[in-house]
Amino acid sequence: MTEYHDSGDPAPVGDAEQPAGPNSMTRRQLLRHAGWFGGAVVLTVASGEVISHIADSRNTAAAATAGGTAADGTTASGALRFVQVSDSHIGFQGPANTDVAGSFIEAIHQVNSLGFRPDFVMHSGDLTHLSTAAQFDQVRQMMTGMQTDRVFTVPGEHDSIGDAGRAYRQTFGKGTLGDGWYSFDTHGVHFIALVNTLSLEKLGHLGNEQIEFVRRDLAGLSSDTPVVVFSHIPLFAMYPKWGWSTDDALRIIALLRRFSSVTCLNGHVHQLFTKTEGNITFHSATTTAYPLPKPGRAPAPTPQVVPARQLKDALGIRTVGYRQGDRELAIKDERLA
Amino acid sequence: MSPPSKGASTAPVAGDAVAIKNFAFSPATLKVKVGTTVTWTNQDTDAHTVTSAKAGGPLHSAALATHATYRYRFTKPGTYAYLCTIHPFMTATVEVTR
Repeated sequence: MTEYHDSGDPAPVGDAEQPAGPNSMTRRQLLRHAGWFGGAVVLTVASGEVISHIADSRNTAAAATAGGTAADGTTASGALRFVQVSDSHIGFQGPANTDVAGSFIEAIHQVNSLGFRPDFVMHSGDLTHLSTAAQFDQVRQMMTGMQTDRVFTVPGEHDSIGDAGRAYRQTFGKGTLGDGWYSFDTHGVHFIALVNTLSLEKLGHLGNEQIEFVRRDLAGLSSDTPVVVFSHIPLFAMYPKWGWSTDDALRIIALLRRFSSVTCLNGHVHQLFTKTEGNITFHSATTTAYPLPKPGRAPAPTPQVVPARQLKDALGIRTVGYRQGDRELAIKDERLA
Repeated sequence: MSPPSKGASTAPVAGDAVAIKNFAFSPATLKVKVGTTVTWTNQDTDAHTVTSAKAGGPLHSAALATHATYRYRFTKPGTYAYLCTIHPFMTATVEVTR
């Protein structure tokens, strides 16, 4: 339903202009690239289809080749490039990371050092650790340092402690619907940002009102429209015992089945994980703050204390560069300085 | 869809203190008499809350940082289920009797 599109200015950080692009490219003109760094998933999207891919140094060449090949016949200016950062936990104090603000600043520097200006940056939740006004203000101010056209957010459970997300929405909820959800379109891709951390019943929860929003939001979309769905808690059952799942996500998944390409991007679990179910691919992002154990590898999902050098590895500082004039994307591992 | 319950023993334990440690409430079931003030102490490095599982329930702590405490005096008998809203797989109960 178009009435929900371009739903204002969900995150009043950065420029107010909505990225917009032509919807005229074909799948043959697909340009794709991906990589991650410092808790970031970088996807390059050209109209027609989203294919997300997490690259590391070992498959850099393959990814670059694929990108180069697919880019034939198109131009870089036709592509959408955005960044996902997650779980900055501003305000966290503990041995797992004694300087989460510093780590997030480094991640921001990574964004600003990509070699291209991302069309937008999505922070997929747990911006703050304790939902305090000071922490929201701090993270908002920090993100104004990101050189991008737009900054979007979805809330994490740490952003909605005790107030059902009220403080979060005061800072980041402008122009959103319901409890903070929204959707937008750019470059022929439809994006939906969901809120699944407010009515936690052991697992993430979306609720009837939000599911109805998605149903109406998708109703008018052609099935070959690429759809990207953001949420904090995974929409797939990554590890329900630790709450790493959303109890009513299957009702959203059912609505997404008819689309040829759906990409669900979440945070929450502080580690990379990818799962494909038919037309839908789920990508958990890592964090800029501190690692959590792999599912079941610890009694509880407690912040993992690792030596400083390993912390930097766990935060996965990798950079993806795109040089103007080149078709190829340069991906390299880069530790936090 | 419901995750398995926490591994902590659910046998009721008498007392007036609950430790929040390793992402669990201990004891998982606390038994007290009416009029008892129960104190929860967060011993984790992560933050937790003590929040009634049902909307409108009496337990509603702020986010408890490390070593922070929350107190509540139970004035009516009953079974009070609560959880941590940040980590809702953390669940526990206070049983209040006359």
